[in-house]
Amino acid sequence: MTLNRRQFIGTSAAMAAALSAPMVKAQGKPRVVVVGGGAGGATAARYLAKDSKGGIDVTLIEPTRKYYTCFFSNLYLGGFKEIEDIGHSYGGLAAGGVNVVHDWAIGVDRDAKTVTLAGGGSVPYDKLILSPGIDFVEGAVEGWGLSAQNAMPHAYKAGSQSELLKAQLMAMPEGGTFAMIAPPNPYRCPPGPYERVSMVAHFLKQNNPTAKIIVADPKPKFSKMALFQEGWANHYDGMVDWIGEDFGGGNVSVDPNAMTVTIDGEETKVDVCNVIPAMKAGRIADLAGVTDGNWAPVNATDMSTKADADIYVLGDASSQGDMPKSGYSANSQAKVCANAVRGALTGSKVFPAKFANTCWSLIAPNDGVKVGATYEATPEKIAKVDGFISQTGESADLRKATYEESEGWYTGITSDMLG
Amino acid sequence: MRVFGIIFGVAASVISTVAVADKFGDPAAGEKVYRQCKSCHQVGDGAKHRIGPQLNGLFGRQAASHDDFRYSKALMRAGTGGLEWHADTLDAFLENPKAIASGTRMSFRGLKNPQERLDLIAYLRVFSDSPANIPEADPTASPTDHDIDPAILALKGDPEYGEYLSSECTTCHQTSGGDDGIPSIVLWPEEDFVLAMHAYKNKNRSHPVMQMMAGRLNAEEIAALAAYFAVLEE
Ligand SMILES: Cc1cc2nc3c(=O)[nH]c(=O)nc-3n(C[C@H](O)[C@H](O)[C@H](O)COP(=O)(O)OP(=O)(O)OC[C@H]3O[C@@H](n4cnc5c(N)ncnc54)[C@H](O)[C@@H]3O)c2cc1C
Repeated sequence: MTLNRRQFIGTSAAMAAALSAPMVKAQGKPRVVVVGGGAGGATAARYLAKDSKGGIDVTLIEPTRKYYTCFFSNLYLGGFKEIEDIGHSYGGLAAGGVNVVHDWAIGVDRDAKTVTLAGGGSVPYDKLILSPGIDFVEGAVEGWGLSAQNAMPHAYKAGSQSELLKAQLMAMPEGGTFAMIAPPNPYRCPPGPYERVSMVAHFLKQNNPTAKIIVADPKPKFSKMALFQEGWANHYDGMVDWIGEDFGGGNVSVDPNAMTVTIDGEETKVDVCNVIPAMKAGRIADLAGVTDGNWAPVNATDMSTKADADIYVLGDASSQGDMPKSGYSANSQAKVCANAVRGALTGSKVFPAKFANTCWSLIAPNDGVKVGATYEATPEKIAKVDGFISQTGESADLRKATYEESEGWYTGITSDMLG
Repeated sequence: MRVFGIIFGVAASVISTVAVADKFGDPAAGEKVYRQCKSCHQVGDGAKHRIGPQLNGLFGRQAASHDDFRYSKALMRAGTGGLEWHADTLDAFLENPKAIASGTRMSFRGLKNPQERLDLIAYLRVFSDSPANIPEADPTASPTDHDIDPAILALKGDPEYGEYLSSECTTCHQTSGGDDGIPSIVLWPEEDFVLAMHAYKNKNRSHPVMQMMAGRLNAEEIAALAAYFAVLEE
């Protein structure tokens, strides 16, 4: 990918930001700290800085210098994108007035209202927004742990993991086997594993057509199932073997040294094994004490946590009700939250919460499908209002238009998040 | 896919705002109205594409579906998304082409007089298969539910509210005006914006995401968005 103008400006602005970043505290302004510069956190930071026009001191804490989107990382596996197409700098946020601090948050002192950084020091806040994404539940897949993530990548956080999985896919022997261990609900991006199966199948069809894909799934059914299964039959006949809960797909163990997968007692030697374990909120939510079980329960009107009115949790880490864990959802929640936080700190008008989500998936070249819904805040949860889903048997023209729309969405959401 | 027939049925029985419910157009009068179309369109024996496509066999056909005519992206998108030409969709299109496909190349300000539209549609119907031969075919002319109350068009939106609401749009539509895959929505005239959103809300436009998003916005909210986007600087 060539460097375009926006990225070029972004890079130089990021350098300027890196110089000025370490906590020059504006006097007397309300302070918001955002932890995690992904779909939720970047959007919240950008909107708070933009809409308060400098009236709020916004600090974003994010360890990585570049955000690789999980969305479209499957298209990278399929060969439709280069890795740099899905990597975005934080220069636009810095230029938009956000203090970007590249560090890990390792603790939250709720009494003192400070966030502790791995690099030393702490940052005070009036309001704290956590959008740390996901971590994996330990021991969720027998035989797998984080120490095995090089032998059996999850590629469910994008970047080097995606590159690793792609390299393994490319190195598969002729007629080899690609295994996926799919996650139980709830997890990040419900159609994600199945879009990945489609993209892996597309790659193999081009490069290694006698290869096989096995999916062990602890669920009896999955998102857009009819659409994916129709697509697999149309484009990759006989290549994908999906083993659902009913056939023992949930009874799985792996051996990363031997490169074997055992499904319902039957051991298979595989060439690549993509383990996507059960998920939970990113660890900092736990450390802040705002989780209950695996996720952080929040109030639907503003995404504030049930545990602490000054701490908000966005995106995948939150437990909010009916919205799926997606980049679109996190972005939508971030805007509602930013509006409410700004109102609480500056007295600006707070408008009623409105949420939406649409997830596009690519099944094969120009064969795109989508599912979406709108949501509202109720006293109990974020509740679904209305929705739609692509239909089986749609025309090739419509599927192509849907795919092109997803490209438009990608450009739209990344600039909406990162400026 | 017959999206519009269903809507029409519901609107006619439930709302029945239009007094001309069972009035049919007059093809002879329609021929006179058609004179305005002639500089761009041909219809009848030997009709060919000119500036606009030829209009034989229009009824029941998917919009923008002549392979040998170059349509605007906007109309192609509408056709792919399910827009078919029937009395009700034609009526909406003829009243204001931009309400149905904002980027259409048909630069025609529209026929505001409902009787003229009924007549013109009746005239064009002559060049499609005869309704007498196919009983289930479109009625020659029928009332529609797309008319927008002038009070709605007159609403002045609150741009501050519009700015907040716009954050729902900018997840997909770029504020820079980029339009790959997803159309641009910045710097539209307010009226076009309001008409388009109400057309989605009433399901006269066929895109499912937009029907869903517009469906839950009320008239004030649509006005607020229109006011905001009309002046948005790049
Ligand atoms: C394969 C795949 C495909 C997907 N496709 C789509 C799609 O097509 N559409 C869609 O809408 N969604 C998609 N998603 C889902 C989407 O990526 C996530 O739902 C979204 O990124 C969630 O946003 P978030 O802000 O909660 O977390 P993230 O975007 O993951 O951001 C979390 C950030 O927090 C940082 N962080 C974590 N802990 C700390 C800490 N202690 N201190 C500081 N920073 C920290 C991380 O570095 C990271 O940058 C997909 C996901 C996958 C895996």
